[in-house]
Amino acid sequence: MDHLQAETAITADIGVTGDVPAVAPAASEGFYRHRAVVRLTHWINALAILFLLGSGLNIFNAQPNLYWGRYGSNANPPDHAFFSIGAFNTPDGPRGMTQIGSWQFDTTGVLGWSKVSGEYTARGWPSGITIPSFQDLADVRHWHFLFAAVLAINGLIYLSWSLWRRHLQHDIWPTMADLKAIPRAVLDHLKLKHPRGEAAKRYNVLQRLAYLGVIALITLMVLTGLTMSPGFDAVFPWLLDIFGGRQSARSIHFICAALIVLFVIVHLAEVVLAGPINEVRSMLTGYFVLPREHP
Amino acid sequence: MASAKILTRRAAILAGFGGAGALLWNVNSLTLSPSFAHVFHAVEDWTRISQRTLLSPGQLAREYSPADISPTFKPNGTINPGGDDYNGHVAQNFANWRLKIDGMVSRPLSLSVADLRRLPSRTQITKHDCVEGWTAIGMWQGVQLGLLLKAAGVAMGARYAVFHCADNLDGEPQKGGIQSPGQYYESIDLNDAFHPQTIIAYNFNGKTLDVPHGAPLRLRVERQLGYKHAKYLQRIELTDSFAHIAGGQGGYWEDRGYEWYAGA
Repeated sequence: MDHLQAETAITADIGVTGDVPAVAPAASEGFYRHRAVVRLTHWINALAILFLLGSGLNIFNAQPNLYWGRYGSNANPPDHAFFSIGAFNTPDGPRGMTQIGSWQFDTTGVLGWSKVSGEYTARGWPSGITIPSFQDLADVRHWHFLFAAVLAINGLIYLSWSLWRRHLQHDIWPTMADLKAIPRAVLDHLKLKHPRGEAAKRYNVLQRLAYLGVIALITLMVLTGLTMSPGFDAVFPWLLDIFGGRQSARSIHFICAALIVLFVIVHLAEVVLAGPINEVRSMLTGYFVLPREHP
Repeated sequence: MASAKILTRRAAILAGFGGAGALLWNVNSLTLSPSFAHVFHAVEDWTRISQRTLLSPGQLAREYSPADISPTFKPNGTINPGGDDYNGHVAQNFANWRLKIDGMVSRPLSLSVADLRRLPSRTQITKHDCVEGWTAIGMWQGVQLGLLLKAAGVAMGARYAVFHCADNLDGEPQKGGIQSPGQYYESIDLNDAFHPQTIIAYNFNGKTLDVPHGAPLRLRVERQLGYKHAKYLQRIELTDSFAHIAGGQGGYWEDRGYEWYAGA
């Protein structure tokens, strides 16, 4: 709705100027693209995700294995971890090893065996990417739960506002025409061609799908996070059923986190490619300067 | 007017990003700062209050079928308390082990394992969720704590059951934090103490409880994490506060920064 008002306002401005040629609005008065609630929840979400990823990797280090099913407590049979990070003694000294399914990689220096304050230590994810950098399960859980609460409350505000103001239905949910344009949009993205003029006023279909996807991922993160809590399992035992057990839920939690990292990488790359100043400014002030149409 | 408004917004944006940056930059020292501990305590309260609001007092943790029992059940923490006293009890098959129930009760009790085995028992197959992230499923048999507490007669004003254990964990050397005396202990409130699944277990997976899993007696408090399930139980003290015990936080791990309410 605000979009329409903004568009009408700009059109009206142009209309008023009448006989004089339409002038592009000044930078600060560009197309009003992001409403205040979207901007605010976006940045709170970004901060929460950053802290949750860093603290999540630190928590993972307390049990650097992933299992499928109801139980799992050991990397080796009979429990069968499908993903595992560990340190092992070899004739050449300790090495960090990472196992995915039946593949094993030597990841010394990064995963399993890496430097903490200059000294090699047995450690799942390296200290440079965990929050806090030192290993302490008690402390890191505090950060994780603090920002989990921030993420959940912020997400609920965003979702309920988006449904109420039809942001989700109007701006995010793809139309049939959008879906038919997927091959074209994929091609344009591969050529790094970004929409210009009128087309830049709305999210393209790949953006819509990516944003829907990340909303779904964050929802899954919250639900699988709750499933790892014995208290919430007693309240909502069906959570254990939908995710196939607490260890499956923990693994899905980790896989969704990895997909969110992938989203963030692509998201940031697109911001850089599409014009970082214009993009970041629009997420701060709401106003976006429309890239001119090609002549 | 307009410029003042823009400045305000610009200041707000800068303050927001400055604050976030400062938070990230100082995350290690904030983690250990006492003022931030209040924030974290508020989050723990939020977890406890939300779970207690959603959980009816008698709501059970899921119980599994014998087919679901995990092939291994990782013993964690102390796996053998050792020492002459405990080793002597092991040699005697715990025939002279006593579980005392005292503190704010009208009839203090001192029970042998054989006494407990003569009482009505409850058997439950439940999942054990470790704070580290792993899960095991096992079958536990024991006496409901509520039954014992009714026999002892909980005095008015009592709020917690504190479990005193025979094992000494000595603290983690790599932790630079507060090191309270290393005797293991735990505490739960009366809501959990009278929960039907809160039992003093003496059998595990159909056999007499073994030393790595807490012989002869261990607590099961199924809606909370593994470290609440105190092993090698010697004494249950009813009290209105645990502030005077060890580090004052209500448990061995709680004294080392872990949540007292371990429902998440």
